[in-house]
Amino acid sequence: MRYLPHTGEDTAEMLAAVGAKDLSDLFSAIPKDCRFNGELNLPEMSEWEVSSHMNGLSRQMGAGAEYKVFVGAGSYAHHIPASVQYLAGRSEFVTAYTPYQPEISQGTLQAIFEYQSLTARLLGMEVANASMYDGASALAEALLMAIRIQKVKKKTVAVSRLIHPMYRKVVQTYFSPTEYTIAELPCLPDGTTDLSPLDGLADLAAVALQSPNFFGCIENMEEAGKKAHAQDALFLTAFTEPLAYGLYKNPGSCGADIVCGEGQSMGIPQSFGGPGLGMFASLNKYVRNMPGRLIGQTTDAEGRRGFVLTLSTREQHIRRERATSNICSNQGLCATMSGMYMASLGGTGIRQLARLNFDKAEYLKEGFRKAGVKIPFSRATFNEFTAAFPEGFQSVHRRLEKEKIIAGIPLECYYPELKNHYLFCVTEIFSKADMDHLIHTIQKEVRP
Amino acid sequence: MKEAIGTTGLVMNEPLLWEKSRKGRCGISFSRKDVPDASVDADLAGEGPDFPDLSEVDVVRHYTRLSQWNFGVDTGMYPLGSCTMKYNPKINEKMAALPGFAEAHPMLPPDLSQGTLRLMYELERYLSEITGMDATTVQPAAGAHGELTAMLLFHAFHRKKGEKRTKILIPDTAHGTNPASASLCGYASIPVASNEKGVLDPATVADIMDEDTVGIMVTNPNTLGLFEDNIRKVCDIVHAKGGLVYCDGANLNAVMGIVKMGEIGIDAVHLNLHKTFSTPHGGGGPGAGPVCVKKALEPFLPVPRVEKKGEKYEFVWNRAESIGKIHAFYGNFGILIRAYTYILSMGKELKTASQHAVLNANYIKEKLRDVYHLPYDRPCMHECVFTDKAQEQYRITTLDIAKRLMDYGFHPPTIYFPLVVHGAIMIEPTETEPKENIDAFIAAMRAIAKEAEENPDLLKNAPVKTKVRRLDEVTAARKPCLCG
Repeated sequence: MRYLPHTGEDTAEMLAAVGAKDLSDLFSAIPKDCRFNGELNLPEMSEWEVSSHMNGLSRQMGAGAEYKVFVGAGSYAHHIPASVQYLAGRSEFVTAYTPYQPEISQGTLQAIFEYQSLTARLLGMEVANASMYDGASALAEALLMAIRIQKVKKKTVAVSRLIHPMYRKVVQTYFSPTEYTIAELPCLPDGTTDLSPLDGLADLAAVALQSPNFFGCIENMEEAGKKAHAQDALFLTAFTEPLAYGLYKNPGSCGADIVCGEGQSMGIPQSFGGPGLGMFASLNKYVRNMPGRLIGQTTDAEGRRGFVLTLSTREQHIRRERATSNICSNQGLCATMSGMYMASLGGTGIRQLARLNFDKAEYLKEGFRKAGVKIPFSRATFNEFTAAFPEGFQSVHRRLEKEKIIAGIPLECYYPELKNHYLFCVTEIFSKADMDHLIHTIQKEVRP
Repeated sequence: MKEAIGTTGLVMNEPLLWEKSRKGRCGISFSRKDVPDASVDADLAGEGPDFPDLSEVDVVRHYTRLSQWNFGVDTGMYPLGSCTMKYNPKINEKMAALPGFAEAHPMLPPDLSQGTLRLMYELERYLSEITGMDATTVQPAAGAHGELTAMLLFHAFHRKKGEKRTKILIPDTAHGTNPASASLCGYASIPVASNEKGVLDPATVADIMDEDTVGIMVTNPNTLGLFEDNIRKVCDIVHAKGGLVYCDGANLNAVMGIVKMGEIGIDAVHLNLHKTFSTPHGGGGPGAGPVCVKKALEPFLPVPRVEKKGEKYEFVWNRAESIGKIHAFYGNFGILIRAYTYILSMGKELKTASQHAVLNANYIKEKLRDVYHLPYDRPCMHECVFTDKAQEQYRITTLDIAKRLMDYGFHPPTIYFPLVVHGAIMIEPTETEPKENIDAFIAAMRAIAKEAEENPDLLKNAPVKTKVRRLDEVTAARKPCLCG
């Protein structure tokens, strides 16, 4: 086997050195009744066979240039520069461990320090950590952090119903063994969160909103922040599409205390939903309550700038059962890759790209409107929006699927009241011709 | 020893990204603007982030230089205990980058995602086969996430029986993630002292196991590199009180094809695909932490489950007793691709991998035992633990030994863990290290032991060949600078 370098001679020499007669003798410390004496029932393939098998599986997927997938909902198809994919594949980054030994890990450390800084700038926050698993677990951890920060024990968090449905499910899972309760904030007719139920809520530790929300709408962030603070609750904001902050106000400027979400759209392949990137940021005053790794700047014995893992007394390997979280492995390489992408984009580039996404999505939205499709929510959107079709659109959707077009995802399975409502996404990779084709096809169905 | 492989060469300094920014540069290609401008709501519009502006070549030089300051498995031997820094096969990376996988949206209709569904379905079965368990979820994104998932499964199991148990037993050799994961589930951690042989004593467990205790979290082989030889008895004691046994599978690399956890009394085990199954560590992640369980826990596994109906694979969401979701989608799928590729490439050779991993660790133990103190003098599994006790007389610590190893061209072992061993040096060579590298590592460790005696300053000042010298971690924590 090509990954196992020992020759028969090597093995024999080493066995002799340890005083074992054969390889199985090495396991004599394992009681007989604990040993498995059979053979593992697994396939075995050559490199060529594996490659052929995997290519076969990958060809069964509705992915690649011939498919037009007008779907976002937490996973976005953006162009990733060849340079970013190349750099993120450098084995010095890929095959290193968590940078516990800073003298020989400065590459990872500086790259993640830069990622933290760019993320903080993107979200308008003071400090960002080195990453969480994904947007959903980041939100669950952010809510737990908010409860931790409250000096008086508070047990309720208010969570908008327009936060990604899967994120809310993950929050429920994290909260299920705890004594904390989740109050759901309903939806207003314009596609934003109804903040009025907050008024009657006592015992409130945090208010959480997503913007752009699951329907694609920009939330009334400032108002929500003020309402949360008026009740001594922390204001948490989540996101699935951070590119929006290249065009719209960032969460920090709207009064957010903790900001978390999914960073996949910042240069990471969709990869069937993971690995992505849990971005996590807060105000400086809360940093000691933060979960996850943090990289800090310092100097070496000769006074040169260098970077280290820091404030680790919050973490599980030091504080064990009293740690701020159990997280150990994070999404380091995805964070690095996202840093590379943000650096490639730049301040000038992100404005241009955000604008391009917005303009394209508006073009499709307007095209739908003209084709007689109802756009139910009046609120401004970024690169996603909701469209309401006449009864029976499901069969059109299925027909389009055969043409390799995915015309949005149905919202009814998450919001039973939204029958025939579909969520669409348009990014820079879609051309006007792609959209015209979709509009035209739908027009024929809606207004035959 | 012969000349050390560690040497110096020309490396470049490189500023922070924003220190090399020139406004107006851009490193990305844009698609043609083929639609008209739409109007933006002025009340909602923002300034855009203060990102540095760089060209593509600026970015490429920047990260290429940074990468050269890193040590990875591809650079050299990385014997980090309990981390299983084995070689990361290149075919794995190539398969994960296939456009059908890399560009797949997670909400594609089932007819357009048969490839990914089948991969998850088969990987779950392979992992169940390797661990001797009945069912597997691949949704957890990392080892600690798998631990939490297992604790949530235990919680759901006891709740269904109408029980509210509040404590969990955790041996003193456990990783810090174990008690931290238990806390997230509201369980109080009850430490269990290991005996003088470094393993659990059934009598100690019997004394504290009661009907208010959820069960036990055992790492097996444990973090001292020892097989918990009383595991069957421990499981019986825990089961007799209605408890469950969780195994932290971080050290599975020692026993693939040799021990099946499901056959020795374990109810749930998490695996680290980024350790045992060769997926890269990426400077901290992403990993994947599947959880394999016995039948009794299967109903509680996270949704969606992948099932096979005839020749078709599908997601099944309707599972009334499930703990719910623990990831926005289905976990770190790209990591699953790599582990699946590895298992297909290795097949039955996984057992040989474990045998060689154990051989290498025992070989190092034998070759260093006369110069470094061995706290538990027993045959080890895939890692061996030494201490700095023999070097104490020269005022040399484990940290000094670790730093000096860098000058010789090796990544240091895990140090100061497990916590029960004072000044621990935990060495895990893995099976992918050739004998001559292991011999060179042994020679370096022996040379350092000699230097400790004859010229301890060499160790105190180490490393000297690295891009930076020892860093001031105290100031970093006292006056945090976390954002530039």
